[in-house]
Amino acid sequence: MAAPLVSLDDVTVQFRTDRGWTTAVDGISFDIAERDCVGVVGESGSGKSVTALSLLRLHARGTSRFPRGQVRFGGQDLLTAPERDLRRIRGRDIAMVFQDPMSSLNPVLTVCDQISETLRLHQGLDRATARRRAIELLDLVRIPDAARRVDDYPHRLSGGMRQRVMIAIAIACRPRLLIADEPTTALDVTIQAQILELLRELRTELGMAVMLISHDLGVIAEFADRVIVMYAGRVVEDAPVDALFRSPRHPYTEGLMASMPALEGGITRLYAIPGRIPDPDEAIAGCRFGPRCRHAEAICRVAVPELLAIEGRHRVRCAPRTRATGGL
Amino acid sequence: MLRLITIKLLQAAPVILVVSILAFLLMSLLPGDPAVVIAGDQASPEAIAAVRHSLGLDRPFLERLGIWLLRLAQGEFGSSLMLNQSVLSAMGERLPVTLSLAGLSLAITLPVGILIGSIAAYYRQTWVDSLVMTVALVGVSIPGFWIAILAVILFSVVLGWFPSSGYVPFAQDPVLWLRSLVLPASMLSLFQIGFLARMTRSAMLDVLSQDFIRTARSKGLSEWVTVGKHGFRNALVLVITAMGILVSTALGGSVVIEQVFALPGVGRLVVQGIMARDYPLVQGVMLIYGFAFVAINLAVDVLYTLADPRVRYD
Repeated sequence: MAAPLVSLDDVTVQFRTDRGWTTAVDGISFDIAERDCVGVVGESGSGKSVTALSLLRLHARGTSRFPRGQVRFGGQDLLTAPERDLRRIRGRDIAMVFQDPMSSLNPVLTVCDQISETLRLHQGLDRATARRRAIELLDLVRIPDAARRVDDYPHRLSGGMRQRVMIAIAIACRPRLLIADEPTTALDVTIQAQILELLRELRTELGMAVMLISHDLGVIAEFADRVIVMYAGRVVEDAPVDALFRSPRHPYTEGLMASMPALEGGITRLYAIPGRIPDPDEAIAGCRFGPRCRHAEAICRVAVPELLAIEGRHRVRCAPRTRATGGL
Repeated sequence: MLRLITIKLLQAAPVILVVSILAFLLMSLLPGDPAVVIAGDQASPEAIAAVRHSLGLDRPFLERLGIWLLRLAQGEFGSSLMLNQSVLSAMGERLPVTLSLAGLSLAITLPVGILIGSIAAYYRQTWVDSLVMTVALVGVSIPGFWIAILAVILFSVVLGWFPSSGYVPFAQDPVLWLRSLVLPASMLSLFQIGFLARMTRSAMLDVLSQDFIRTARSKGLSEWVTVGKHGFRNALVLVITAMGILVSTALGGSVVIEQVFALPGVGRLVVQGIMARDYPLVQGVMLIYGFAFVAINLAVDVLYTLADPRVRYD
């Protein structure tokens, strides 16, 4: 297999709080291959966004650190690379679309300014060429009347339009990896479908890898080739999308699926996983999902489970479920 | 834009009327009889009556107000008693001094205040931030006249870098003009820099925590562009508000500074007018300053629309 595009190895992110450093993401490891689409799913607070931000080191300055781990990209470790090198990668090789298109665009700059900024920075285009390119990009993200819209300010656009503009900015330099952090969460359901469809088409057209973050399993199922399930700052399951939805192995993944409303079967009470996700600095012995797990055994409260392969590329972090195979 | 200015001018009209009436009331509200004060302690009752008549004080209150407003409408701002010249021409002579002082002071304040305020916001909760904010607090807290006198002692008397007083018109010698104004303008700026730095800092703190700043970083922009372009352009609305207040305080603060540095500006004129109980002069200056403040606010409103595309008044 060819070397992966991006490789996360034991990535750990800590934030400074009043009580010292607290670990938000604890030893995340996975690869993203060229043209691959990896879905990252988990509840709020599971560390999905923090993981995504660490690829571009976009956490708040001064209040975060990476005590361990690497993000390998193009022969460099992005966690330790000099800011200068990172700036050349941001927006050019790896671009990001954020959750809330209302607040992610600069309200006092026109759409044209905001798109052409990236083009002029990374591709050295002059103003006129960048503007033409910006209009092409608006066309590409299916914004009608692009030549006129390009001079609008963000507040004149609807939420869906703004997210399309965000995507246009992100794909402007044809990145090799697009990170989409809950790109549809802030939008209406019908618009969500359109944006996902757009992302899918662009992914094929531009041949880029996508890391899609969502708390919506439906979105992930439709979009991703591979799924990473995160819980409390750790990867608990990592599997090809078919395998995951056919036979989820981690009790948490099972819980997530059970809590999805089914179209058939009439009105039933929706399942909810009992309890809540623990705070990052909450002391839990053994498995962090243990206290909420219906299948927890004695070993779960003692030993921290390892992320082990059970078959092929299916990895699970659950002691009872990996016991049979002993880890491959 | 023209429409906006028209609307704002119409809205300013009542304010101007109220300012005019307040200036008029100055004459009536002051303790004692202005005619007695103007005519002097030793004046005979006939002399006092003559002054009263010449000032129109023997007429009914509303009639006096009507005459006052009518004259203002005709551009007649009255005449100074002590200078024997119209208030307008007296101000016209001294305005260049005050405007030079205020202008130079703003030219110092704006870049310095905005820069250190932004730096403090960028390095929030570090020693840099604490240092800048402490200096700003000191600048805001120190009485202008006191630090101005100390500055005269140090820079003029001891070091001899700048003249301690006096003013050289720009047309006469630009270099000497600048030299005569650097010290007073800097002293006037101390308070203003502190004020502007604090305003800029809080505006920038708010902006720098916004999502679009993260977007700017994710594009690969340098910190300079991120903070200077994406950040500052959004903080500009608040900074413009601060600037409006700064221009006003520059005019007000020049009263004290002109006194300390013996600059023949409007501030000094009004102090002399008050000392000499030259009521028409004080009234006139008060009015014109009132109008100036209205104009400043109008300018601020117009600048808002240029700074933030979301601001629309119609």
